[in-house]
Amino acid sequence: MKLQRFKEIALDGTVRQNPTFRLVLGTCPTLALTTAAISCLGMGAAVTFVLICSNIIISLLRNIIPDKVRIPCFIVIIATFVTLVRMFLEAFVPDLYDALGVFLPLIVVNCIILGRAESFASHNPVLDSACDGLFMGLGFTCAITLMAIVREVLGSGKLFGVTLWEGFKIGFFTNAAGAFLTFGLFIALFNLCYDAVERKLKHKAAHNAMLQEKAAEAATKEA
Amino acid sequence: MDIFGIIIAALFADNFVLSRFLGICPFLGVSKKTSSAVGMGLAVTAVMVITCAVCYPIYVYLLFPLGLQYLEILVFILVIASLVQILEMVLKRFSPGLYSAMGIYLPLVTTNCAILGVAELVIGQVAAGTEGAYHVAGVMLGNFYSGNFAMNYGTAVVSGLFYGLGFTLAIVLLSGLRQKADRLHVAKAMKGFPITMLAACFMAMAFYVFTLI
Repeated sequence: MKLQRFKEIALDGTVRQNPTFRLVLGTCPTLALTTAAISCLGMGAAVTFVLICSNIIISLLRNIIPDKVRIPCFIVIIATFVTLVRMFLEAFVPDLYDALGVFLPLIVVNCIILGRAESFASHNPVLDSACDGLFMGLGFTCAITLMAIVREVLGSGKLFGVTLWEGFKIGFFTNAAGAFLTFGLFIALFNLCYDAVERKLKHKAAHNAMLQEKAAEAATKEA
Repeated sequence: MDIFGIIIAALFADNFVLSRFLGICPFLGVSKKTSSAVGMGLAVTAVMVITCAVCYPIYVYLLFPLGLQYLEILVFILVIASLVQILEMVLKRFSPGLYSAMGIYLPLVTTNCAILGVAELVIGQVAAGTEGAYHVAGVMLGNFYSGNFAMNYGTAVVSGLFYGLGFTLAIVLLSGLRQKADRLHVAKAMKGFPITMLAACFMAMAFYVFTLI
């Protein structure tokens, strides 16, 4: 795989097509788990693992799976890995297993994973798909952890489970309404920054093109 | 828990979308128009009821006695996927009117986490009720026949139905709010998902009041 392609996939996964803020996929765990940053990291790790593994397997099988039954096939592959993660967490990290609750089995129907299987892994080579899984997972993890930090600090005065201060707590941020508000504002903020950067890059590209044109003109005149 | 308590909880206090955060994707994605919101709500409700009705016996009579609980995710998702397919075919054949109202939303229902969520939650409560007899198959079966499961068959199906209706209520209400919000002038960055999230935020506040009763 070329470096250019790798960069492209990395940038797509983490920023340009950030699954949480740009594509708004996998919203259920995003809203439900962002009251504690630690469990968000755990969720992110679990999703990333499942994404990488399912992308690899689906990419390997992409020429074998018949087109008509591809969705059930993808779901079975994903469900297998989710079962593995669930058994692993239940045995070795029971605290995290309890914190994730019903959202751990629900990774199966997380639209990020099925979406990447459908739109990327099913028609791309193995290495590309693995990278795509890794960076999509990272994008998801960063997004939910950021949201969790805001909600945890404002809502319960803690950060990663460590108490920062006593007394100042806005309970609103720990319940459902706060989740929707934080998520909405985060998407708006992300879009704002994204558009600003995009515009700047476009200006820069246009400016560079103009300079090059001028230089070329000058060169032809001299000649 | 008695049936009435389950109904009120499933519709309002424990609403799937607004307090459990399950099925958010269709909640945001298919709520642009009230007619499509109603169709989606009906499809989800129908599949939820059938899922509860089918997954319960599979878990209680098949997986649990054989000690295969770890297969539950795989089995449930396969059951749901095939149920949706069958329901779609049956509707197409026997009830074209209903099919045109909710048929197009059925394929989307397969990957709706509310469905797998209801199976996991209801069956999870079933399993919790038998924890004491977890390993001894004989005791466990005895437990079941004497009705010691935390949730019996009827309760499981009824809670499936009302969780589905709770979903329908939330998505139809949101579609009304969105149609109003479309006519407002909002900042460019707030258009689309953010303003919808804000509407959902206010709805969640209203529904939160029911948990205080």
